[in-house]
Parts: sequence; C-alpha cells; structure tokens
Amino acid sequence: MAKNINITINGYPVDVKKGKTILEAAEEQGVRIPTLCYHKDLCVAGNCRVCVVEVVGQKRLSAACATPCEDGMEILTNSLKVRNSRKHIIELLLSEHNADCTKCYRNGSCELQELASEYKIMTQDFLELAPMKNYTIDMFSPSIMKDDSKCIRCQRCVRTCSELQGVNALTVAYKGDKMKIATFFEKPMNDVVCTNCGQCVNHCPTGALVEKNYIEEVWEAIADPTKHVVVQTAPAVRVGLGEELGMKPGERVTGKMAAALKRLGFNSVLDTDFTADLTIVEEGNELLTRLKKALVDKDPDVKLPMATSCSPGWIKYIEHLYPEYLDNLSTCKSPQQMFGALAKTYYAKARNLDPENIVSVSIMPCTAKKFEANRPEMHDSGYRDVDYVLTTRELAILIKQAGLDFEKLAPAKFDRLMGESTGAGVIFGATGGVMEAALRTAYELVTGRDVPFDNLNIMPVRGLEGVRKATIKIEKPLKEWSFLDGVELKCAVAHGLVNAKKVMDAVKAGEADFHFIEIMACPGGCLGGGGQPIPTNPEIRRKRTEAIYAEDGDLPLRKSHENPEIQKLYKDFLIEPLGEKSHHLLHTKYTKRKHY
Amino acid sequence: MAYSYQLKRVDFIFKNENNWEKVLATTIKKKPEEIINELISSELKGRGGAGFPTGLKWKLTAEAKAKNKYVICNADEGEPGTFKDREILSRVPYKVLTAMAVCGYVTGAKEGYIYLRGEYKFLEEELNKAIEEFHYYCQETNLDFKVKIFMGSGAYICGEETALMESMEGRRGEPRNKPPFPTQAGYMDGPTVINNVETLVHTFTIFEYGAKKFYDLGVQYSRGTKLFSVSGDTPKPGIYELELGMSLQDFVYEFGDGDTKAVQVGGASGFLVPRKKFNDTAIGYQGKLVGISLPTGGSMMLFNSSRSMFNVLDNYLEFFREESCGQCTPCRVGCQQLLLGIKAVKRGEKPASYLEKLLRLTETMQYTAKCGLGQSVANSFSSIVENFREEMIY
Ligand SMILES: Cc1cc2nc3c(=O)[nH]c(=O)nc-3n(C[C@H](O)[C@H](O)[C@H](O)COP(=O)(O)O)c2cc1C
Ligand code: SF4
Repeated sequence: MAKNINITINGYPVDVKKGKTILEAAEEQGVRIPTLCYHKDLCVAGNCRVCVVEVVGQKRLSAACATPCEDGMEILTNSLKVRNSRKHIIELLLSEHNADCTKCYRNGSCELQELASEYKIMTQDFLELAPMKNYTIDMFSPSIMKDDSKCIRCQRCVRTCSELQGVNALTVAYKGDKMKIATFFEKPMNDVVCTNCGQCVNHCPTGALVEKNYIEEVWEAIADPTKHVVVQTAPAVRVGLGEELGMKPGERVTGKMAAALKRLGFNSVLDTDFTADLTIVEEGNELLTRLKKALVDKDPDVKLPMATSCSPGWIKYIEHLYPEYLDNLSTCKSPQQMFGALAKTYYAKARNLDPENIVSVSIMPCTAKKFEANRPEMHDSGYRDVDYVLTTRELAILIKQAGLDFEKLAPAKFDRLMGESTGAGVIFGATGGVMEAALRTAYELVTGRDVPFDNLNIMPVRGLEGVRKATIKIEKPLKEWSFLDGVELKCAVAHGLVNAKKVMDAVKAGEADFHFIEIMACPGGCLGGGGQPIPTNPEIRRKRTEAIYAEDGDLPLRKSHENPEIQKLYKDFLIEPLGEKSHHLLHTKYTKRKHY
Repeated sequence: MAYSYQLKRVDFIFKNENNWEKVLATTIKKKPEEIINELISSELKGRGGAGFPTGLKWKLTAEAKAKNKYVICNADEGEPGTFKDREILSRVPYKVLTAMAVCGYVTGAKEGYIYLRGEYKFLEEELNKAIEEFHYYCQETNLDFKVKIFMGSGAYICGEETALMESMEGRRGEPRNKPPFPTQAGYMDGPTVINNVETLVHTFTIFEYGAKKFYDLGVQYSRGTKLFSVSGDTPKPGIYELELGMSLQDFVYEFGDGDTKAVQVGGASGFLVPRKKFNDTAIGYQGKLVGISLPTGGSMMLFNSSRSMFNVLDNYLEFFREESCGQCTPCRVGCQQLLLGIKAVKRGEKPASYLEKLLRLTETMQYTAKCGLGQSVANSFSSIVENFREEMIY
C-alpha cells in the first residue's frame, strides 16, 4: 500500500500518496502547472521543461511531470525563479517556432499559443530561428499534413505512434539544432508505414500535425445549386462534437448535430449508423457463412478468425504488417463506404437524382477515413463513393463559421431513407461495439432468440481494457444452424494498434483459436479517433463511452436487423444479404503493402 | 622567473598491471562491506565529470534489491581533447576488468559492459583478447562475471550515463529523467554502477595499496590523483597523472608557454579561467582551497595571447549546438540562441546589453535543462563572457 507523505505546495501543507509526481500532487490541490510534452495517454518524457518547479533547497528546478514527491519537499510552482525560467523556455520555443498564428489551422486551439498568452509574451528578444531553417510542409497524405516549422519537438506524436499504435511511422531524427520528427528516411507521409489514424494529430499540441481539411470544398459543394449534397455522420461524432462547441465531454448531441447540419445547407442529413446496421447484417451473415464452410464443409480456404474491417487505420495496418492475414478480414466495406456506394445508387434512384450531381460528404471521428474514401477500390457506384470526409473537428469549424449557437439549437431528426438506425449501429463508435452488435444479430439469426445477456448488453466485450476476450455458447439453434449446437463462439476485441498487434501475434503464433475478432485502430474505438476533439484522454474517452452506451440504451430498436430502413433496403434493392448487389456495392478487397 | 614548483607527478595508473590476478584474488576474499568501506574512506570521486563518491555509488547498487544488476564502464570519452580513457584501456586493460569484477562481486552484478566510443573501434580487438583471458581466469576461479564490449554510436551525449543506457537498449541516445538514478534502475531497469574508465582504475589502486595511500594524496574533498589531458598552447601536450588540489598557477608554470592568457578547465562543459585568477583557482572537486576550485573530467586546454576568446566560445557553442541530443527546450534552442546571439553582438546587430540577456538564459539552462550537457553550457559561456566581455563585443 502506498503510504502518505507530507509536502508543501506554495507554502500549504499537503498529504500525498507516495509515488505521485509533483504535477499530480499539485493538480489534486487545484494548482495547475503548465505542461506541453505531458499527455495523460503517454509515458512521461520531461523534455519541454515548461513544468519546472522549485524544490526549496535545490539549486536546479525540477520537471514536475517527472519528479516524484518526497517526504518534506517544499515545492514552489510560481516563484520568481520558476516564472523567469518558464518564460525563457516559452520564449525559446516561440523563437524556434513559425509563430505565424493567424495563418495556422490550430489558431485558437494551440497549447503553445495558450501558454504564450498566459505568460503574456509580448516581445521577441531572442533571434527568430524558424526562418533560418528550410522547412517544408508534407502535404502528400490525403489525411495528415506535417509542418515541421510548427513543431516544438515534444515528441508526443512519436510516443503516440509508438506507445498507442506500435506503428513508429514518426521517430526522432538527427540531434542538436537539427533534431526533428521524421518519417523513415524522411519520405512523405503517404509513402511510409502510416495508418493515417491521426492519433498523432490528436496528440499534437500545435499545428505541426493537422488533418488535411476539406472545409472549403464542402462549402463550395453546398453553395453549388446543381449539386445535391448528402451528409452522413459517424456514430462517435455525436458524443464528441459538443466538446468542440463549448459543451462538456460525454454530452450527447445527436439531435443538435442533425439540426446544425440542416442549417449548414446539406440537402439531406443522413446517418452512418444506418450503414453500421447494414454492415452488421452483411458481416453477421458473412461470419455464419464462414463458420458453416469451416465447420461443415471443412473448406480449407475459409479463413478464421474473421476480423472486422470498419476501421481504415486497422486495414492499412494489416495491409502493411500482416498481409498474410488479408483473407481473414471481413470483405465488408466500412459503414462509411457502404453509405457512399448506396448514396449514389439506391438513394439516387429513390430520389430520382443523377448520381453525377450528388456530392457525398461524411463526418467522421477519423482521419484515416479520408484515406479510405480516396482508395481506388471505392468507386463501386460508378463515381467516387464518398467525395469529402470531414473530421468531427472540421464539422465544428463549419458550425462556428455559420454562426450557429449550437447549444441553443432545437434537436432535429435525420432525414429518411438512410437516416434510421438502431442502438447496435450507435455502439460502433465504442471499442467492442461492432462485436456486440454483430452478436446481437448473429445469435438471433442462429437461435431465433435474443443474446443471453441482460437487456442485450453484452458486458464482457465492453470496457477499455486493451484486449478483451469473450466466449458465447450457442444453444438450441434453429434447424438450419444445427451444426452450431454447443459451439462456443470465441471472440476477441482490441483497440489501439499496439493491442491489435498482441492479438495478431497470438493468432500468428497459433496461440489463439478465435472465431471473430474486432479491431479498432484507435484507443477506445472511434470515439477516441484521431479526428475527435482535442484533447482526448482516458477520462474523456470514458465519458464518451458512457454516452455511446446511453444512446444505445435509449433507442427503441437495438438490433441491426430490426432497422425498418434496412429491411426496406433489402426488399427494394439489395434483395438479400451477401447477394449479388451486396457483393458489388458493399464488399471489397485488400492490398498487400510494403513493410517498411 | 622564480616560482615554487609544487606539482606532484605520480604514477599509479599506468604502473604495470602484472599483479592483477593477485589483486583480484585478495580483494574478493574480503566481505563486500569491507570493500565498500575501503572505497568510502578513500574518498574517491568519479572521474567522469560529475564527481559522485564512488564508494557510495557501489553501496547504493549493492543495497538495491533486484535479480539483475549491471556494471558499466563508461569509455565513451567524447570530450574534445581528452584521450586518457583510451590510453588506460590500451595500456592497463586488466586493471579496468579487475575493478569491474570486484564491483560485480560487491554489488551482485554478473554482467559488465564496456561502452566503447565508436571512434575507438581499433581498441576492440585487443580489448576482446584481454576479456577472453580474463574470462578464462574467472572460470578457473569460479568467479561468475562476464564482460562484453558495446560499441557506441559516436555521439557525445551517449557518454551521459542514462543516454548511454538508452543507446545500449537499442533506443536513441537521449538522457532519461532522474530519479530514478542508475543505482536504482539503470540498464534494463536493473540497478547499475556506471563508472568512468579512470575511476575504475583508481579503485584498482585502492585495492592494491589500500585506501590510506590514496587518501593521503591530494587535498581535502579532492583525494588521490587524476589524469589530465593537457592540450592547446603548451610545449608539452599529453597525459599526466597529477595530484589533485594543485593551484592553476602551478599548473601553468609547468605546462604554459610563458604567455598563457587563460585555461579552460574541464573541456567544453568546464570553466575558462583568466590569468588574473590562476592564483585563486585550484583543481579539485569542491571546498574553498585557494579561491574557487574547479572539478574536471581531466581536460586542460591552455590559450596564449594570440587566441581570440570569442572564437573559443564560438567553437564551444558550435559543439554544443550540434551535440545536444535536442530533446529538451532549454538546451536545444538555448544553444542555438547563444551561438547566434554572440555572433549578432559581434556583428553589431544586437546591442552589447544582449549579452546580459544571454547570461540570464544560461542561468535558465543551468536550472532547467534535463541533463548535464545543457546544464553546464553556462559554465564556459559565463566564464568567458564575464572575463572577456570586451572580446565579445569588439
Ligand atoms: C554530456 C555528457 C557527456 C558525458 N560523457 C562522459 C564520458 O564520455 N565518459 C564518462 O566517463 N562520463 C561521461 N559523462 C558523465 C556520466 O554521465 C557519468 O556521470 C559518469 O560516467 C559516472 O562515472 P564516474 O562516477 O566514475 O565519474 C558525461 C556526462 C554528460 C552530461
Ligand atoms: S540538456 Fe541537452 S543533451 Fe541533455 S537532455 Fe536536454 S537537450 Fe538533451
């Protein structure tokens, strides 16, 4: 058990648990110590030195984030020595930084800018270093832009890419004044093993890493009278968007979001949750088909475990690093791309629109979705299925630019045809959600009964543990599924690519006999996506997770196959799951990519 | 000129090592505590720069509870103008190995590493031969200790103990946060003694002759001898083993060319002492002997009146700007600002008063940089700027 020790912070005695850092102890006391390289998701680096504090009796200052409290410490967080040093450090960072704030995407949401403002840095006595360096902006990736002139070398992106994602696309190169954050051989971001997940963007304190934004393109489409602009919104957006617009983490803003989108001028406000439900019907059937082929037909070509395919970061990851398992991926497109393919076929036909004139926009918690929409395979409608992908953050910018008072908006409903969804679609936004939604449908398909969990809540697959495993025993199946009687369906759920790696390595080593695995590239699932509001951290993810499940719980329909619009879609258009039309529009294939 | 010649040259370090087997055998017959007490009473301090008491370092590691502990010999010797560790490793390698083995015996470490500077690759073969023979001896005498060479990458910062460990673990050589100190969690998170090559050889001297003999050399707070790499404007550059505590004036009498303007004590991260302060400066760890006393890793660079102190400083700052690992703000950006700042003052683009701003900046660097490199830039900067302000401006 950790003992308590006595310290003082700015003269006030405090009791803290042994092992706490000065930063944590101060935070508990309501004393904020500024930080830059510190992030609750990441290991402590202690390199920006902004959080230095004075420990009475020591000549040198200590980095509060990296220094554990010790008995009797007298800590000063705002002494003159601390202030002067801290100011110097901020000035130094600014001197190395391209501080052209008015032209920066992060203007107004930059941690360095905030700090400069807090310390009222009004002059720049130090020499401007940024203009002396030959900085270029890497704009090659469809998802992420990297501008080294804005980089403060806090290495949050490096730690993110390594600790959360295990990808290591970004590393530290060179030393001294040339030290920088670089890709492998400084190749452009689109030419390295980068999953486009955008976690680096989400963790960047400044404008050094930002999403490639398509704000102007979308405004132009909206303003074009010849265009019919449809918009879809991913499940996780509705539990994050509020944060960007002055609301607290975990606020559910589904209705306000729909209302805002209508006011922005989109012709039709639809829902990715609808195609999430569709994904479940297709993917659930695909899983059962694979099980049948494997268990009954003993078909050696059928690959198990089947892995989910909704997370484009995960897809690119497996394409690079585990290409021998591409056949294990569900062939289902992600909900975004199913939506895109249907928007310019099913929807166009039903609305009597020329698909040529439809502009399909999606609002995603994700930057990898921008890459996904850009994949050459994603043209099955005969056009580019999804034209523009905006992140949750970009949508917030649209809303602010339109001058909408978001909090005051009266909730509205999604438009019809592809706007109806069930709770199963909503939980796609949380890690474990696709698994849960699939099980709700598959179990019922097989047995004719509800999944044997209280109120359909499959608790074992929920939570924020990195890898979770669950087993569901199938009992008394319907006649046509009798081969599944007594079969224990083994499932695994992982989120964050470091955890994906654990699962894949277990599969590779033959240590895992899963039937079905769900993998989401981002920690927490989409609700912690790279396109979500900044900051995203463990506590905020927890709140968004609660919101997602609350949203599910409140919906009248909670099983994908019960979605009446899905039923109509099959009746009028697709005919049957895994049918020919589905095959053409809703399924895809994957590409092996290079390993380095 | 008449002067009192007070430099005491000594010869322990390079004295032949033929008796290493005997020294090793008799030393490890003693109890670990005895050996530690011997080291503590000798008051030997680390010769790698920071001057941490060696006995205490071994003691802390011995007391740390862990399955795997390590002994590392720091042979990264990156300071420009120093080559004493190279000499030691090529002339008396068995002393180093013996000291490492004793350290292993005392602390419970079974593995030792010599972190060899990349540029010293030419030593590797000979050293490996010595290690092989040493292992043979250990096997014969049932001493469970193995030594491996780890080739460094050639970066100055990798001489910093925690950056060195990062580099050994296959990561980029960036200094870690302290605490934890290596004695608690060092290489592979195991308690680790990391000592400079020379420090280890001094322990050998102590094992061989006893603590008293070592303690009797030098002065209070600075016991024993030290190897100095003498360079610059001197008629006799080279390596000399001298007693600690000498006054800088005596040193200059011995090594100067008659026109010594200043001496840089301790290399780029050390201090520049102008002529007028030679008499008040002693070479040692701490305490007020003559006036101030300056610790050093052993580099002594003499400058005569033909040298521009601006250029000297410019050189050092260039070195730091490049050799900083670049991770922490005060050091990475501070070094650039200092270097470009003195140039700007020199060119008249910044007023002379800008030097004061830079001096305050070095203070911040000293207080806030993550490791010794950034913290000690202030040493040369302030000692040069304060003593040779005029040369900085005109
Ligand atoms: C920038 C920097 C470079 C260093 N380089 C060396 C080196 O090359 N060799 C060395 O022994 N110690 C070097 N040190 C000191 C080590 O960090 C460490 O204090 C030393 O190895 C401890 O050994 P000692 O107690 O025997 O002196 C360096 C320190 C810093 C901050
Ligand atoms: S002081 Fe310099 S060398 Fe040391 S950690 Fe900071 S940047 Fe790296």
